[in-house]
Amino acid sequence: MLRVPCPWCGERDEVEFSYGGQAGVRYPADPAALSDEEWAEFLFYRDNPKGRFVERWVHTHGCRRFLELERDTLTHEIHVRGR
Amino acid sequence: MAGAHPAFLWRSPDPKPSYEVVVVGGGGHGLATAYYLAREQGIADVAVLERGWLAGGNITRNTTIIRSNYLWDESAAIYEHALRLWEGLEQELGYDLLFSQRGVLNLAHTLQDVRDGVRRVTANRLNGIDAEWLEPGELAAVCPILNLSRDVRYPVLGATFQPRGGIARHENVAWAYARAADALGVDLVQGCEVTGIEVRGGRAVAVETSRGRVAAGKVALVAAGHSSVLAAMAGLRLPVQSHPLQALVSELYEQVLDTVVMSNAVHVYVSQAHKGELVMGAGIDAYNSYAQRGSFHVVERQLAAALELFPLFARARVLRTWAGIVDVCPDASPVVGLTPVEGLYVNCGWGTGGFKATPASGRTFAWTIAHGEPHALVAPFSLDRFVTGALVDEHGAAGVAH
Repeated sequence: MLRVPCPWCGERDEVEFSYGGQAGVRYPADPAALSDEEWAEFLFYRDNPKGRFVERWVHTHGCRRFLELERDTLTHEIHVRGR
Repeated sequence: MAGAHPAFLWRSPDPKPSYEVVVVGGGGHGLATAYYLAREQGIADVAVLERGWLAGGNITRNTTIIRSNYLWDESAAIYEHALRLWEGLEQELGYDLLFSQRGVLNLAHTLQDVRDGVRRVTANRLNGIDAEWLEPGELAAVCPILNLSRDVRYPVLGATFQPRGGIARHENVAWAYARAADALGVDLVQGCEVTGIEVRGGRAVAVETSRGRVAAGKVALVAAGHSSVLAAMAGLRLPVQSHPLQALVSELYEQVLDTVVMSNAVHVYVSQAHKGELVMGAGIDAYNSYAQRGSFHVVERQLAAALELFPLFARARVLRTWAGIVDVCPDASPVVGLTPVEGLYVNCGWGTGGFKATPASGRTFAWTIAHGEPHALVAPFSLDRFVTGALVDEHGAAGVAH
């Protein structure tokens, strides 16, 4: 089980968290202006790197706040503990 | 019978400088693709390039369940095509696959499960697929060891049943396709990692590998969990996410379970192998990963679910657990067909349930590669469905459980 560092509660077991996938996916500033391809990109396409990945977690069974961290998807090592 | 079985079922050639078709990925779908290219499309100048060893990935990491009881017409068509191929595959390939049509139960534990199950049975029948709805009283006859008590947290309220569903021994499937493809002239090249895809003028013309450059008339990516990594070499993005999917087997036991039991609600799927191991699968781990291992709490929950359904397993011992890397699409359906790069074909996104599709996936993908256009059965699974919005949402029938 992963140990996820929560910036507010400290390092806790993974089961306290829910996974949020790739971080930094912003809602389009002007949704009506998007082409179908751009909508597809926003809705369905996410990075899927083998290696370092900046991702979101939410501390569902703790403070219920979102956090971001950089984790290696091959080794599961957490490199950057951010918020 | 000593010596009756050859030491090697296929040659182990060095890669030639050039092939008509290069298949990247020596798993079940890749080997099947190569076999059907040679057998049915008249293209034997084919190499299968495998980074590790043949059948080292998901083809030998799945829980071997075969069924075709999917909800939507598009999925029912491809999975039923697969099941019909399975029914003749041992004869076609001349290899014992331990294919056993012992029936597959999908349990319902809530009123919504019941409604979904009955709807799916009806949809299956309209598609000519054998499907029945069984009430709890009827379930005891199909699976006597199933806990049908009302005095549990999630009592079994009924189940869908597909009698033609079942299991097969997965490594035999890979070996059978590999041997048959090799006999037809396909080069199966192991220990050959693809490190680059050469695109010239919008067309894939070669792959760079750890064993040199291999020119290709066409390149077909069939790498399951590593599909995103390969596609990126051609500047292509895929709508898949890679996750670990864990499974386990117990020590050998007497035969107590002669059907396949799946439950999405308490989340476990169980069958008993011919040799006697209880084979169990869980849901995917939530996080993205290429590590071929997952978190232990997933295994813990899957065993809790198994014990809820089968109190008899309380003293069973886990022999080993493992994980494969599955590539999951947003609509839980695969991506098969052409790409924006000419001459580059992709077959991925089978997610947690690709094993059952192996024959149909390989056969229709081979047709697609040979003709340069999608086979009718995989046309609904083209990459552009994410732009048109014509998704094939199989989250219900695919569940996570396979």
